[in-house]
Amino acid sequence: MRYAMVIDTKKCVGCSDCVVACQTENNVPIGYCRDWITERVEGAYPNLELELRSERCNHCENAPCVRCCPTGASHIIDGGIVLVTPDECIGCGACIESCPYDARYQHPEGYVDKCTFCHHRLEKGQLPACVSVCPTKCMYFGDLDNPNSEVSQLLKERKHKTLAPEAGTKPQVYYLI
Amino acid sequence: MEEELFTSGRNIPNIDPSLQIWHWPISLYLFLGGLAAGLLFFAAVSTVLKKDGETPAAVKYAVMIAPMALVVGLMALFYDLNHKIYFWRLYTTIRIESPMSWGAWVLLLTTPLSMLWVFSYWKELFPNMGLKFGFLDKFQAFLVKNRMNMAYALIPLSVVLGIYTGILLSAFNARPLWNNAILGPLFLVSGLSTAAATIILFSKSHSERSLFSKIDIGLIIIELALIVHMIMGYWAGSEVQLEAMQLLVNGEFTVMFFVFVVILGLLLPGLLEIMELRGYKVPVVVPAILILIGGLVFRFVMVEAGQLTRYLY
Repeated sequence: MRYAMVIDTKKCVGCSDCVVACQTENNVPIGYCRDWITERVEGAYPNLELELRSERCNHCENAPCVRCCPTGASHIIDGGIVLVTPDECIGCGACIESCPYDARYQHPEGYVDKCTFCHHRLEKGQLPACVSVCPTKCMYFGDLDNPNSEVSQLLKERKHKTLAPEAGTKPQVYYLI
Repeated sequence: MEEELFTSGRNIPNIDPSLQIWHWPISLYLFLGGLAAGLLFFAAVSTVLKKDGETPAAVKYAVMIAPMALVVGLMALFYDLNHKIYFWRLYTTIRIESPMSWGAWVLLLTTPLSMLWVFSYWKELFPNMGLKFGFLDKFQAFLVKNRMNMAYALIPLSVVLGIYTGILLSAFNARPLWNNAILGPLFLVSGLSTAAATIILFSKSHSERSLFSKIDIGLIIIELALIVHMIMGYWAGSEVQLEAMQLLVNGEFTVMFFVFVVILGLLLPGLLEIMELRGYKVPVVVPAILILIGGLVFRFVMVEAGQLTRYLY
């Protein structure tokens, strides 16, 4: 089992529904977010190109946050999901420093918090909150170990990229371009 | 004209626009940890080489600073934790891949050992303050007998402690300024240099002072060479490392780095120490204090500047 998220940048309109859905589903404190929208405009006027991305923790296969955690609070569960156990986290901040995507933050209660791929929903057979609410259906979620899954098929057919692959983290959130 | 405009909807406290996760306590701790490691290293090496008679400041007096520095440093580290009541979780596991775990365990061994080391010299340090209880007398005698064993343990522990203060930062590949292999040795040498300066401050004998001045000059030369290597490493590095280098050589931290660390913290005190050894009248306090300030500023520059460097956006 290797969970992955595939996001179609050609379909994303940057509405931030995924951000709000996550904040509601996961009780994210006000002023914080576990996923967010970035917008990049590139080119020479009038030939401009726009790319919209919904970003979050990449649940890296080679996760630096897990390696540097001094207590083991940051860990990887079945399916490759990177999680933090609040009762083991000392709030030292090493994992925040280690993340090339700056996807982690300090929860006001002290421990470090981040995207969980909504694993509490996955256990019930539901999709992550962000994926389930996307109005343009630009986000896909599934198992990369299964060659017939929707995400595997999309990555086979479409051009795609990951963020900062040069950081060597093997991110598992893919962007169709 | 080709343009690239980037906007992010994220604005999380202490994360955006740049990280502010590690604050002054971490910089202070990295300095104090390196200083303590250096002091313990010199005390232990002097003892193992049976030169403790000739270097009283190194084995007895200056080393009193080590446990104090470690206790203050540990308090600073604890102060910078955000989930403080769970700090004991550090000691329920050993995580080989995590430099911070290494540091936590080394500190757990080194801090009490440094206290025992100082206590073993109690009667010589405080001849007028007798130990009230007989068992303390016996304990001190036991420590005196085992001083050589303590020294053998302290040599590897102090080296690991000194290097770890640098590796703690350099292990983060997400912060390109920190992510260079030279930072561990660089912080170790800097820690040894600040320790030598402290010994010079405490020393009353001319021969010991000139011995540690010579050691310090050597350390300063090595440190300068390592700084050159560090810059060369960025220069030959990837885009993100080139950007990180700009902070030090042509940016926000250039003045702090070159004026306070390189010139006032290394070149000038090195020159003053050479002049003093050549017989010029230079109060040794001056280069010693300059080196200590330079070492402290260096830790602040690296911790603060490193958090400005990142991969994306």
